[in-house]
Amino acid sequence: MADDADKQNGAGASPAERAKPDPPGYFDGESMTRRRAFTVAVQGLGGVAGAAIVLPAVGFAVAPIFHRGKERWEAVGPVGDFVEDTYRQVVFTETEGIGDAGKTTAYVRRGSKQLGENPKEMVAVSNRCVHLGCPVRFVEAAGNFICPCHGGVYDFQGKRIGGPPVRPLDHFQTRIRNGQVELGPRYSVTSQLEPVRARDPGEFTGGIWEYLYPPRPSTFPPP
Amino acid sequence: MKLDSLIPAPLRKPAKPGQGNGAKGAAPADLKTEPERPSDAARLGDRAKEAPVDVLAWVDQRTAATGFLTGMLYRKVPKGTNWFYTLGSATLFAFIVQATTGVFLAMFYTPSTTQAYGSIAHINNDVFLGAFVHGMHKWGSSVMVILIFLHMGRTFFFGAYKYPRELNWVIGVVLLILTMTMAFTGYLLPFDQRSFWASVVGININGTGPVIGPYLSDFLRAGPELGATTLSRFYAIHMLLLPGAIIALIGAHLYLVVKLGTTAPPWMRAERPKVADPTSRLEAGGHP
Repeated sequence: MADDADKQNGAGASPAERAKPDPPGYFDGESMTRRRAFTVAVQGLGGVAGAAIVLPAVGFAVAPIFHRGKERWEAVGPVGDFVEDTYRQVVFTETEGIGDAGKTTAYVRRGSKQLGENPKEMVAVSNRCVHLGCPVRFVEAAGNFICPCHGGVYDFQGKRIGGPPVRPLDHFQTRIRNGQVELGPRYSVTSQLEPVRARDPGEFTGGIWEYLYPPRPSTFPPP
Repeated sequence: MKLDSLIPAPLRKPAKPGQGNGAKGAAPADLKTEPERPSDAARLGDRAKEAPVDVLAWVDQRTAATGFLTGMLYRKVPKGTNWFYTLGSATLFAFIVQATTGVFLAMFYTPSTTQAYGSIAHINNDVFLGAFVHGMHKWGSSVMVILIFLHMGRTFFFGAYKYPRELNWVIGVVLLILTMTMAFTGYLLPFDQRSFWASVVGININGTGPVIGPYLSDFLRAGPELGATTLSRFYAIHMLLLPGAIIALIGAHLYLVVKLGTTAPPWMRAERPKVADPTSRLEAGGHP
């Protein structure tokens, strides 16, 4: 038959091979039909073209997750302004470029010997509640930090003593340059006040939580 | 005859065979020689009257839209269909209101951290009807969320999510999530204190999801802190990404509604078949 002859593609085959014909549409020695080969090739090209459009766009949107901004230090006042038995409230810029919205408040004091801290170092506690991010206030009379939103209460060192917060208040890195106290990147602490990379409010720290709420590449290493 | 040449052949009365009445092909005597013809003006008027129909016919001939439209608009609905069945259309109407007012708000809004608040104040205080359009958008978002939940409740309590309408339920759930995301991203745009802190809290709630939560927060904020890129990101999601997705899914949702039809309320009982049923006549006391 003519069809059989076409399938042989001009190559002479022994009668034994002829007895076992390929499926229809296949030429001798081919593993797929021409039609199928072109279908796969065109779909593959379409996939490449689609990926060329989608992947850069997705990368563009997702890139900020992996980007860490420049480390920023800001002087907030001379060393003499800060004492060890109470906090002084300072306002400084945490995020640049958005005006007042980028400012944040920290409560700063000198390290306390009674609490087992180094008196030569400064302690800067963030006013961002670790429940959901509302601003907490240091209440002098109580010696506590109190959150107005959902009633979170923290003690003098920022450890949680009541309400929904999940860990102690965040800290800022501190250093002293030319007699000025400077505040740097934010970091979080565990319930034992051990520094860890900054976490968002609502995320536990320490133990297994370090894996359930993994540190983000956009944050700075703890001191 | 001379008359024969004046009358066109099709109008001539044919001669009856075998009668020989007159010459072959001769016109009858009472045939009007000068038929009344409408004036040019009258003909133009007739054409003008038919113009809308002609235009529609032109479109219809090329799209075959009438078949689809009559099928959709005059589709049969089950007995017992009531006002609860309008909640889906009401939600769609709320979305159209949001889309329309949103387009006009975008003409005056500036998605920049330093100018967003000012541009909203400008819309509310200076622009003609600005406070009204802004108010429609602001309150309309709550209306849409409430209506979508009522619509969902109707579907659930009437059992309208069951076979073969499960896929439409799934599409509806995705639409609900998109609507909530729409409300969430839109909340930041005025960039006042309430917007700012509500977004901070909302993003932090997202962040409490284990493992991917922290990264989701960074994605939403475009960084570790809420900043300028957060606002433009929310703006782009709010007015470019989500409306397109919602419109596409509403299309799929409506297609399935028309394709599958609606359900009767659960308290409606199936009608007896209209074919003769001997048992029913026996029950009624009649002869079989």
